[in-house]
Amino acid sequence: MTSIILLSIFGIVQLFLGFLRSNKVLLPAVMLVLLAVFGANLADWNHAPQSFFNQMLTVDHYTVAFTGIVVLTALLLLPFSRSYVVAHEPNLAEYYALLLFSLVGAIMMIGYDHLLMLFVGIEILSISMYVLAGASKRDSRSNEAALKYFLMGAFATGILLFGIALLYGATGTFALSQLATAVAAPANASLLPMLYIGILLMIIGIGFKVSAAPFHFWTPDVYEGTPTFFTAFMSTVVKTAGFAAFLKLLAVALPAAQGFWAPTIQAMCALTLLLGNVGAAAQTTTKRMLAYSSVSHAGYLLIGLVAGNGSLTGPAANGIFFYSLAYSIATVAAFGVLKLVADHRQRDDYAGLNGLGKTNPLLAFVMTVAMLSLAGIPLTGGFFGKFFLLTAAVGQGHIGLVVFAVIMSMVGIYYYLRPIIAMYLRPAEGPTAEAVPVDGLQSFTLGLLALLTIALGILPGLLSGIL
Amino acid sequence: MLTAVLLFLPLAAALLLHFTKGATARALALGATLVEFALAIFVAIDFVRHGSSAYNLDYAWVQSAGINFHLGLDGLSLLLVLLTTFLVPLILLAAFRGNYENPSAFYALVLFMQTGLLGVFMSLDAFLFYFFWEVALIPIYFLAGAWGGERRVAVTLKFFLYTVVGSLFMLAGFVYLYLQTGPAAGSLAAHSSELSAFYKLKLSAGEQSWLFWLIFAAFAVKMPIFPFHTWQPDTYTEAPAPATMLLSGIMLKMGIYGTLRWLLPIVPLGVSQWQKPVIILAVIGVIYGAIIAIRQRDMKRLIAYSSLSHVGLMAAGVFSLTQIGLQGAVVQMLAHGVNVVGMFFVADAIERRTGTRLLPDLGGLTRRTPLLSVCFLVMLLSTVALPLTGGFVGEFLLLAGIYQYSAWVGAVAGLTIIFSAVYLLRLFQRTMLGPDSSFSATITDLTGGELAVFVPLIVLVFWLGLFPGTFLHLSEPAVSSILSAVGR
Repeated sequence: MTSIILLSIFGIVQLFLGFLRSNKVLLPAVMLVLLAVFGANLADWNHAPQSFFNQMLTVDHYTVAFTGIVVLTALLLLPFSRSYVVAHEPNLAEYYALLLFSLVGAIMMIGYDHLLMLFVGIEILSISMYVLAGASKRDSRSNEAALKYFLMGAFATGILLFGIALLYGATGTFALSQLATAVAAPANASLLPMLYIGILLMIIGIGFKVSAAPFHFWTPDVYEGTPTFFTAFMSTVVKTAGFAAFLKLLAVALPAAQGFWAPTIQAMCALTLLLGNVGAAAQTTTKRMLAYSSVSHAGYLLIGLVAGNGSLTGPAANGIFFYSLAYSIATVAAFGVLKLVADHRQRDDYAGLNGLGKTNPLLAFVMTVAMLSLAGIPLTGGFFGKFFLLTAAVGQGHIGLVVFAVIMSMVGIYYYLRPIIAMYLRPAEGPTAEAVPVDGLQSFTLGLLALLTIALGILPGLLSGIL
Repeated sequence: MLTAVLLFLPLAAALLLHFTKGATARALALGATLVEFALAIFVAIDFVRHGSSAYNLDYAWVQSAGINFHLGLDGLSLLLVLLTTFLVPLILLAAFRGNYENPSAFYALVLFMQTGLLGVFMSLDAFLFYFFWEVALIPIYFLAGAWGGERRVAVTLKFFLYTVVGSLFMLAGFVYLYLQTGPAAGSLAAHSSELSAFYKLKLSAGEQSWLFWLIFAAFAVKMPIFPFHTWQPDTYTEAPAPATMLLSGIMLKMGIYGTLRWLLPIVPLGVSQWQKPVIILAVIGVIYGAIIAIRQRDMKRLIAYSSLSHVGLMAAGVFSLTQIGLQGAVVQMLAHGVNVVGMFFVADAIERRTGTRLLPDLGGLTRRTPLLSVCFLVMLLSTVALPLTGGFVGEFLLLAGIYQYSAWVGAVAGLTIIFSAVYLLRLFQRTMLGPDSSFSATITDLTGGELAVFVPLIVLVFWLGLFPGTFLHLSEPAVSSILSAVGR
């Protein structure tokens, strides 16, 4: 709760700091705020669950854990805003403020106990994202991304809202706990179709937000057009918050309807894995590959939902937590390196990474660790993320789905190796032969990201099973 | 404690290497591996005197899931630890000869790889084993990829995909086994991934039948067994010489070792069901590798196919499920490690002097290189399995084991000795003997540094040949317990 208040207040303060027009003040200020928020959030760990806003928001271990991920992700991402903001944009304070506000939305999506709170959270997060997708005002691709994201997103929100309304119509409540009882013992059997359509529409609405197939078509275009810094934010914070919300909805409010939604989610999961991985393998630019790969990771996380089995504390929930953390850190690292390299070399295809191993050993190393983690190779956090999720799913008897996921992750290894091959195995030529400039803070952050990924891969016991 | 030092010393040295350059880097890398070897010798002597209990290291790794960081040593793992720690300094010495760009990183990767290999040979927890199995792959990929020959990009990609896919199957098998186990004593987790827990499982014959292939996929690719071998000749050829030595000398043994420890005792019924097809595949590999080796023009490729042929024999010996066959496989693992490293070093020494590996370009090198010729000949004769050499003991025991299984299969597999004499003597004749080539007059003999690699190898060749008992004695209890678990 403290974190929401802190973020909201400093978001407004940040707008006023914009008069200073100096990134030298703004960036450290935002980072300090986020550090404070991260600390305040952790301070809520190990307390009894607290409710706020008339039982519409709960702060418990689940909320604290996922809030920790989104705040940490934003914090680690910020150092990469520097070159972008300085080069292109005079009104940077607004962007920082929007980032802070969007985090408020994300936290509400994680902690909600009431469908209204979920909706408000999703809207706060989404509207900030629509604006940020168009942050590069003079770039037509960024404009296209913003418009596309906004139109599709608004449509999806409408569907979500419609779903909430139908759910309310069928059960007479918005509160998750009451929904659970109402769904378990429906008062009026003639309203069941309404309930099921409501659930389906909600799944579609949230599925859009986390880019699960077949509602993922916006992802590659929007990710490509959006300035890389904000793409990284979208593919980590939005996804983590979206899955936290998704899991809570299915596990707390709708466990009784599992027989209805489980096959739907399974089908979405298989389709997402297939389209995400095959799509990523076909790409020629690193950024689009990462966009499709983020779709594929939504697929792995959906496995966690399938295996969730009505619990926010079981192996599947823990798996989703660990996976989201490992995925967020690796994705921030990958986009961070990509942004630095692409800004300097003015290209974001695989060949743009050629010879990076020689010109910038640190960048190449961090990118390698990130790719190995996303591919799920041991020694990195990504391996244990997949391992926990898939083991939980096998434990629930979803053998076929897991076998399919393993086969798809074999495809994943192929395309995640391509940046590594470019960096180490192909020589740099012409304009790519000079070193990419990296400032001290960025080097430190990149080092930290790589270290965190490896730490998660070597000492997974520290964070596994904490929920 | 000593086990942890043994495991992490190379890793620590690898990390330190990033801050060193040139001669310091060489001294640090070589020093660390020599200390490591001395440590391994000490452990071996202590092991013979006091048994293995002192080397058990068991910590909770992922407590909530019942996964432990459990390392231990028995005679079998000890021999492979000795082989690894013995070969890595020699491989580093060979790497010092080569003129590699960014040498500190090269040595660091070799050392990093050593930690992965030692971890594989000492792990007693399934997921830890898998972890190290992949950890060993990452450095060798970069060694072969970043410093490899012209076709390295495609070749190493194929190698990486093959091995990773193979090991994912193994992981899937382990996950299945893991979910069948009950909680370990004193643990809160519902399952346990301890090797001992896997040994205790009572699995039906049907389950074991498909589990066999899931787990064996990783080992079959790593060895490699025909028809999973297609990555091997290309990768051996394209990788820089030290990486090829690591691949063929040590990494290949991961497959044999894995079969012995993680396959035979866990799915014994699956093993007896698939014994025949696997032996037949292995023997096909023996003959296939040998026949293709005869036709090769490239020295490195020839040795690669010869290695394929020899590993097939080892696999057949293991699957004969006889005491003598398994013991033969153990000795041959050591002998083949020594032989193949020596052969690749010979090929590398010739290539560095002449700039070519192609047989038609070479010939008549022996006149000015008596030392090289002698070393070459010793390595070659041991590979051909001439009596008094390590290769003879290994192959003889292997063939005896296979013969016990089936006289016909043994007879076909025995052709390997004839074939290997054909292609290896042809190799020697085309390079060292025969009509003079343009290099005959100018080539220089072995330097002191190169002799420093060959002398330990040659000593071990004869030690293995004359006193194989030293090693057989160590592995015997381990081999017997494996066989009793299989029910033979």
